[in-house]
Amino acid sequence: MLLIHCPYCEMDRPEIEFRYAGEAHLVRPPADKASDEDWSEFLYFRANPKGLHAERWRHASGCGRYFNCLRDTVTDKIAATYKAGEKRPDAAAT
Amino acid sequence: MRYSFLNLAVQALAGHKRWPEQWRSPEPKKEYDTVIVGAGGHGLATAYYMAKEHGMRNIAVLEKGWLGGGNTGRNTTIIRSNYLWEPSEGIYGLAHRLWESLSQELNYNVMFSPRGVMLIAHSHHDEQVFKRHIHANRLAGIPNEWLTPEKAKQICPLLNTDRSIRYPIVGAAYQRRGGTARHDAVAWGYARGASDRGVDIIENCEVKSISRDASGTVAGVETTRGAIATKKIGVVAAGHTSVIMAMAGVRMPLESFPLQALVSEPLKPFMPCVVMSNTIHAYMSQSDKGELVIGAGMDAYTSYSQMGGLHIATQTLEAICEMFPIVSRIRMMRNWGGIVDTTPDRSPIISKTPVPGLFVNCGWGTGGFKATPGSGFVFAHQVATGEPHAINAPFSLERFRSGRLVNEAAAAAVAH
Repeated sequence: MLLIHCPYCEMDRPEIEFRYAGEAHLVRPPADKASDEDWSEFLYFRANPKGLHAERWRHASGCGRYFNCLRDTVTDKIAATYKAGEKRPDAAAT
Repeated sequence: MRYSFLNLAVQALAGHKRWPEQWRSPEPKKEYDTVIVGAGGHGLATAYYMAKEHGMRNIAVLEKGWLGGGNTGRNTTIIRSNYLWEPSEGIYGLAHRLWESLSQELNYNVMFSPRGVMLIAHSHHDEQVFKRHIHANRLAGIPNEWLTPEKAKQICPLLNTDRSIRYPIVGAAYQRRGGTARHDAVAWGYARGASDRGVDIIENCEVKSISRDASGTVAGVETTRGAIATKKIGVVAAGHTSVIMAMAGVRMPLESFPLQALVSEPLKPFMPCVVMSNTIHAYMSQSDKGELVIGAGMDAYTSYSQMGGLHIATQTLEAICEMFPIVSRIRMMRNWGGIVDTTPDRSPIISKTPVPGLFVNCGWGTGGFKATPGSGFVFAHQVATGEPHAINAPFSLERFRSGRLVNEAAAAAVAH
């Protein structure tokens, strides 16, 4: 089980308090200009990297808020968690 | 060597010291007509049917580890074909029919055992969904039937049908033709059959990059055992498909998750069929060695670690102990994880790709083993001819642009 640092509560809490919410930093295309390819990319296609992955989590049994997390998908080690709307941290710096 | 009673007798007289290797282990050649990436059940079946049905010989199957050491050797070996939509009934139905004669086809005992697969319903909603599946299956000519809790207990006396438990059993969908097979034997049987027909199976050979010519067409692969030229690549890499496809610059609608399974200490036979429960994330059967084979739900987050969280396995064991109180004091012997590649609609992708010469067979998610023979059969057609077989045409990569999804999200063995 992962131990996840919630950047809002500023506490390390067990994984069962959280809900995973998929890849982070996906931007919804503008409805009036988006092509089929834009929608396809936004809805279905994912980076799914073997290595560092930026992802969303929700502190469901805590503050209830969404935040982002940088985790290595080979070791499952979390490099950083950061608030929604903040830039993805530089991996080398963490 | 053909396996027969006569050969068994001859080898027995020789003290069983002269059995030949089941497949060759050649050095990789400089060039092949086709390279299959991944020597699991699906990749080996693809090579086998390319050789047998399409007369191709100059094929290599590359495997980064050992043959059948990924999800082929890690799954819970359940075979059934009770999916909802017609395209799924096509592919899983084909696979199920091939399973029934696979041991004869391969001259190799894959221990296919149609002992029945029972999907347990715990609520009114489950009952409605399962009955819808049963009707859909029967319209498609795939047998499937509804059992009352009493009938289910007659077939599987281990079931706890007490109405007072947290998730009582209100009935079950039962596919009598469903069952299990020996996973390793499937990989070994296809490997032997393919090798006999000239296919080179190359283990400990990891693909590091895919090269393309000026027109963008596939030109070859760089591997840990040198460069191999080829004009056609079939990627059958399960959880690592996104990684391999990225080498050719192709993004995939896939996410890779750990899926766990466990086995108990071996016991005398007492579990007559396969029992699965969507709702409480648990399924169980008994292997021919006597171990209880138990499957859990997927872990919550994407990972390539081949390990899952212990709390996921714990939830599954709690559910198993409620459904089968008799097993509560049995010790678990091993617990492991495999990496499953899931698609947004929980149906596979068996398709050409935007890169000429590059084909992909992936997205089997939590339930690919049952499809192995059918998947190999149609993917062999796709790679050999360049065009899809009628059965795999609906499973194109293009469907994620056109929106023609084959939504089996509610139909798979474990809830997602």
